[in-house]
Amino acid sequence: MMGRDLLGIEDLERHEVEKILETAQRMQEVGQRDVKKVPTLRGRTLINLFFESSTRTLISFEIAGKRLSADVVNFSSTRSSLKKAETILDTAKTLDAMDPDAVVVRHSVAGVPKRIADALDAPVINAGDGAHEHPTQALLDMLTVLEEKGRIDGLTVAIVGDILHSRVARSNIYGFQKLGAEVRVVAPPPMIPIGIETLGVKAFPSLREAIDGADVVIVLRIQRERLEGAYVPSIREYAATFGVDRAALRFAKDDVIVLHPGPVNRGVELSHDLADRRPGVILDQVRNGVALRMAVLYLFAGRPDRPPREGGIT
Amino acid sequence: MTSHPPTENQATGAPTRPAEARVVLDDIGIRRALMRIAHEIVERNDELDGLYLVGVPNGGVPLARELAVNLESLAGAKLAVGILDTTLYRDDLVGSGERPALRRTEMPSAVDDRIVVLVDDVASTGRTVRAAMDALMDFGRPRSVQVVALIDRGHRELPIRIDYVGKNIPTNRDERVKLRGVEGTLDWPLEVVVLAREGGVTE
Repeated sequence: MMGRDLLGIEDLERHEVEKILETAQRMQEVGQRDVKKVPTLRGRTLINLFFESSTRTLISFEIAGKRLSADVVNFSSTRSSLKKAETILDTAKTLDAMDPDAVVVRHSVAGVPKRIADALDAPVINAGDGAHEHPTQALLDMLTVLEEKGRIDGLTVAIVGDILHSRVARSNIYGFQKLGAEVRVVAPPPMIPIGIETLGVKAFPSLREAIDGADVVIVLRIQRERLEGAYVPSIREYAATFGVDRAALRFAKDDVIVLHPGPVNRGVELSHDLADRRPGVILDQVRNGVALRMAVLYLFAGRPDRPPREGGIT
Repeated sequence: MTSHPPTENQATGAPTRPAEARVVLDDIGIRRALMRIAHEIVERNDELDGLYLVGVPNGGVPLARELAVNLESLAGAKLAVGILDTTLYRDDLVGSGERPALRRTEMPSAVDDRIVVLVDDVASTGRTVRAAMDALMDFGRPRSVQVVALIDRGHRELPIRIDYVGKNIPTNRDERVKLRGVEGTLDWPLEVVVLAREGGVTE
């Protein structure tokens, strides 16, 4: 039994992660139809509450909701009254009065989706909160690996980049480990959180060692403002030491696949040629993202004050 | 009524099954019913070329495949077989709670202007057939739709007619009727059992 909310991969059991991924694989078929719409969430309301701008994730959730026939309402910080004195919880409660069946929340501060979930009746789906978690991005990465490799159990996954500030890294560490993969991280030492080993991952100082024998390399987006300061001396030095290019991939498995949550800083964390054509990843990440979010909405949307109907199809 | 061997009560005491599972149609009975239904399909449809067999998972799929084999041997028609999951079209997915697992959908050819024969294992309320028809319409505009059910157990709640029935089995509402194969799969040999509902999990 899943919990009401999807706040992070950390909270999920292995079988729950697997159920989401299996559901997403089925949802991909809907995206291949001429009529890319099913009536599953007809009459239901999905609110996308984005306090931090993100075109890709927002559009992905919007399309996913619409393909399930939900009514989708987008609130982003530039359009609503968030710049006024109204607090986040007030805003969320106002939206809750509209009886949404799911609220998707993105915020730059870790823990905000949880606070909102505690205040609302509707299920909350975390679309990224600070450096905490970004569960649907990690599930999308897992879906892509599952599609390309046929399994996750037993694979070696190397995560390269700013682990300290990355919610994608945290969610992927939890997710891939729950499904039986070995997870390694590599970054300049200031970008590796102290005590990362307690999550069960191995931290490597050099890219070559981390990538050695890897089946999957997840390259994180580097925030440029973090490159000009305390963490690394310069962009050039970061690119030379931790930028992933074809030469670095020589040490990985021959059939290695390279993932990046996008958008790519070309020539920084990922070389130009790899940014254009990432090895192994043939499937369209955007399409996968919509299918994955359809699965999440299918499994989580629904108000707890509306009990399931008795005597349905058996 | 199709004749079938008297296995119904013998099975009750079989050590391999829980005591409450009662076999109402065995493998031979299922095969005979599907051959008879194939004859009825040939009789009712002048041209078999436009026929498209679509199985509703999980139970409808092996039955649709067997019907395709039968129709090929009877009339030489090589028929397309599709798989159509109805879960996303169910009418009971409101509120919170565990969602049923999605099954495979594979519709290898177009539905437009075809005579679609939906194949399900057990017909009851008619809600699955309603969902299957809605799903089908999302794939195109069939010339007509006909429905096969291996078992019709009654309790109809919607004005749905089953065109081809393998066997009518009167049941209580709290019983379950299940098509099952070898060791939890849907591989032949298949059998249809009636189970007491207690602790039964809807799949």
